[in-house]
Amino acid sequence: MAAASDGTLLQGLRYKGREGQWSWLLHRVAGLGVLLFLVLHIFDIFLIGFGRTTFEELLFLYHSPLGRLFEVFLIFAVLFHAVNGLRIIILDFWPGLMEHQQRLVWVEVVVFLIIFLPVAVITLSPIFTGA
Amino acid sequence: MLAQRRRAMPSSNFELYAWFFMRVSGVILLLIAVFHLMLMHASIGVGNIDFDTIAGRWGSPFWRVYDFFLLAFALTHGINGARYVTDDYIHAQGWRVTVKALLYVVYAIFIGMGAYIIFTFKA
Repeated sequence: MAAASDGTLLQGLRYKGREGQWSWLLHRVAGLGVLLFLVLHIFDIFLIGFGRTTFEELLFLYHSPLGRLFEVFLIFAVLFHAVNGLRIIILDFWPGLMEHQQRLVWVEVVVFLIIFLPVAVITLSPIFTGA
Repeated sequence: MLAQRRRAMPSSNFELYAWFFMRVSGVILLLIAVFHLMLMHASIGVGNIDFDTIAGRWGSPFWRVYDFFLLAFALTHGINGARYVTDDYIHAQGWRVTVKALLYVVYAIFIGMGAYIIFTFKA
C-alpha cells in the first residue's frame, strides 16, 4: 500500500532504464515465480510419502496440456534467472565490464534463446503430436 | 577533489554475507538446478515421471543427497530473494515484519517437509 502511494510502479514504468531495467524486472518476477513453484513442488513430492495412488493421482496436474504450458513458463523463468544471474555476478566481480553492460544483456539473450528454444519445443511438442 | 564522506557502518555483516551467499548459491544452482531441469524436463520428460521414477532415483543415496542440496540451496536463495522484495516494496513496518515472519515460517516448514521425505522415503 505504501508502495502504491509513492507512485513507484508508475515512476518505474516511466523510467527509461532500457536493457538494465527490464532484465532487473524480469529477474525479480521470474525469481518469485520459481519460488512459488518450488513451494508447490516440495508439497507434491512430499505427497509421495502417502503412497503410489495418492501421488500418481496428483500428477494429472503436470501431465495435462495446461501443465505443459506452465512447464514452459517454469523453464523460461529458471533459465532466464540463471543466465541473467550469471551476468550480474560477472559484472559484480569484473566492474570494468560495466562499460559494455547493455551489450552484455544482448549476449545473454542469445545464450538464453539457444538453450530455451529447443527445450520449449521438446516440452510442447507432445501437445500437438498427441503423444 | 572530492569531499571525504563518512561512511555509515552497518551494525552487523549479515547483509554482506547474504549478498555473498546469493552469488555462491546462484552459481551452485546454475549447475545443479539447471541440470535437474534438463534431466527431468528435457531428457526424461515430465509426462514419463511417476512413482517408480522417484523410487528408482531415491534408491541411490547420491540422488537423495543431491536432492537435499537442491532443496536447501534453492529454498534459501528463494526466500532470501523474497526478503529483498519485501524490504523494497512493503514500507509499513508492521506489515513488513509480518510478511518476513511468514516467509521464515514457510521456509522452516518446507525445508522440514522436503528433508523429511527425501530421507525417510521407502518404496
